[in-house]
Amino acid sequence: MSELTLTVMRLGFLAVLWLFVIVAVQVIRSDLFGTRVTQRGARREAARPQQTGRQAAQPPQQRGQQGGGGRQRRNAPTKLVVTEGTLTGTTVALQGQTITLGRAHDSTIVLDDDYASSRHARIYPDQGGQWIVEDLGSTNGTYLDRSRLTTPTPIPLGAPIRIGKTVIELRK
Amino acid sequence: MSSTSNPPTHHTSTIGAIGAPSRRNTELALLVFAVAIPVFAYANVGLAIDGSVPSGLLSYGLGLGLLAGVAHLVVRKFAPYADPLLLPLATLLNGLGLVCIWRLDQSKLLQSLPNFFTAAPRQLLYTALGIALFAVVLVFLKDHRVLQRYTYISMFTALVLLVLPLVPGLGANIYGAKIWINIPGLGSLQPGEFAKIALAVFFAGYLMVKRDALALASRRFMGLYLPRGRDLGPILVVWVISILILVFETDLGTSLLFFGMFVIMLYVATERTSWIVFGLLMSAAGAVGVGSIEPHVHQRVEAWLNPLNEWKLSRQGIGGHSEQSMEALWAFGSGGTLGSGWGQGHSDLIKFAANSDFILATFGEELGLAGIMAILLIYALIVERGVRTALAARDPFGKLLAVGLSGAFALQVFVVSGGVMGLIPLTGMTMPFMAYGGSSVLANWALIGILIRISDTARRPAPAPVSNPDAEMTQVVRP
Repeated sequence: MSELTLTVMRLGFLAVLWLFVIVAVQVIRSDLFGTRVTQRGARREAARPQQTGRQAAQPPQQRGQQGGGGRQRRNAPTKLVVTEGTLTGTTVALQGQTITLGRAHDSTIVLDDDYASSRHARIYPDQGGQWIVEDLGSTNGTYLDRSRLTTPTPIPLGAPIRIGKTVIELRK
Repeated sequence: MSSTSNPPTHHTSTIGAIGAPSRRNTELALLVFAVAIPVFAYANVGLAIDGSVPSGLLSYGLGLGLLAGVAHLVVRKFAPYADPLLLPLATLLNGLGLVCIWRLDQSKLLQSLPNFFTAAPRQLLYTALGIALFAVVLVFLKDHRVLQRYTYISMFTALVLLVLPLVPGLGANIYGAKIWINIPGLGSLQPGEFAKIALAVFFAGYLMVKRDALALASRRFMGLYLPRGRDLGPILVVWVISILILVFETDLGTSLLFFGMFVIMLYVATERTSWIVFGLLMSAAGAVGVGSIEPHVHQRVEAWLNPLNEWKLSRQGIGGHSEQSMEALWAFGSGGTLGSGWGQGHSDLIKFAANSDFILATFGEELGLAGIMAILLIYALIVERGVRTALAARDPFGKLLAVGLSGAFALQVFVVSGGVMGLIPLTGMTMPFMAYGGSSVLANWALIGILIRISDTARRPAPAPVSNPDAEMTQVVRP
């Protein structure tokens, strides 16, 4: 057997052995299942240039409030209040997080209401900081003022949102 | 863009459990790869030694492939959600071990020795038996929690297995270490390998019940949680038993494995670092104490500290000394970074036990540092998958058992490779899966079988809850 062939085989074997290790590690990487987290809307913001240090250090909600933009920014709601139903008087601070409503235990506001669906509706801020309510295909629908929602709709300050027997509204 | 007009950063995330894939096809692909590598090595050895592809290539490849295929089908049928890596990794190590043993069989020097026999066919037979045991474990052990019922029976079994080599007439003193038993007509067996599994079962069952007492009842002193005196009982008992093993069986490896596994499981069960500190102190004290009293252990320590002197003494024909430690180091040295290539090393100069205790030296010489690192990584991956299984397991017994088994596996790899490489004194244990020896191959395939069973239970999608209040019907408003 020529020296060259043996050298090629010697190095080739090591390469194949390491390739196996690398493939095995790749399998481990793809195997990290469990909960899959899908980021929505965050990617576009991450692409934007970072703000100055002082601004970035502030919590996002305050930044949204003092941003000297339009009417909505100045009148941005700070809390969600339940005005009717079994949870009357409950308030939830609005800090840029999505609020889910429904009978499911993992909802932000768990509704004890036979007329509400498990995942009934959600309330979230859009990219401009405007709060949006969206019906999640509920059985009995979500009503903003008197109209049943069909698409995600911006919430005016103080407008009643009705879900089953529960009414909520956004306040400053 | 003015910085003030930036909207608040919000991250809307959806978190949802996705159905766990079974990953059986991944396992099959990796398994094909894991069989192909040893076949490549086999052809390489033949080309290097004889200049031609060995005639047994087809039968060897088919044999290994068939065994791997059977194991895969058993896993597919009886443990469909098991970890996809454990079986291919173990198969690769076993296949590489077979090639290395066959390569040493081809050595003219070893063939001229009086007690030479071709070890590769026997090792292939042991592998077949090992895979059969693996299948038996998977078929008959439907749920690893059944083992919990046998907590104290396992303890008894383990103690009997550990004591067996000391029974006169049954035990065999093979070159100093009394860790073998002779079964007439069947050959010799290393019961310590099987004791390792029984002990893991016992420790897991015992610690699951006692861990609260061991973890909570403690005082804080200098940043460490000191357990109460009476809670030190179990660790003291295990320590004394491991010291007794060291004194009577004169085997550092078994003793270290036994005690180390208990300390690892105690730490995992209680989350108290103090147990590790105690364990290290106690094992150090025990090892130093016995090492200075017991002559055989003392001689092993001397050979470790000064291998060249040991080699010279042995060369002068003084009995009780061995040349192997130094020769193994030379083999590693002559291998260098990339090795000499399959079949082109001279590790057969380590005449005795070249294919069992010192098999790693052949790998070190012929595959070099790069190959040894890959092999150690493959061992590490097996341990990692074991620990990952423990993390995923839902029941505390399964968690502790998986940690115990993978910890024992890791300790054994450390003790053996450390011994051959001169990091710690040499012991009589063998490299799992690679070294020639029936007990080791059988016991380790059973160990992998239990790990696969636990990982199947752990990764199986959870059964749907019986009654979900969220799933009640929503009443429809009828105007």
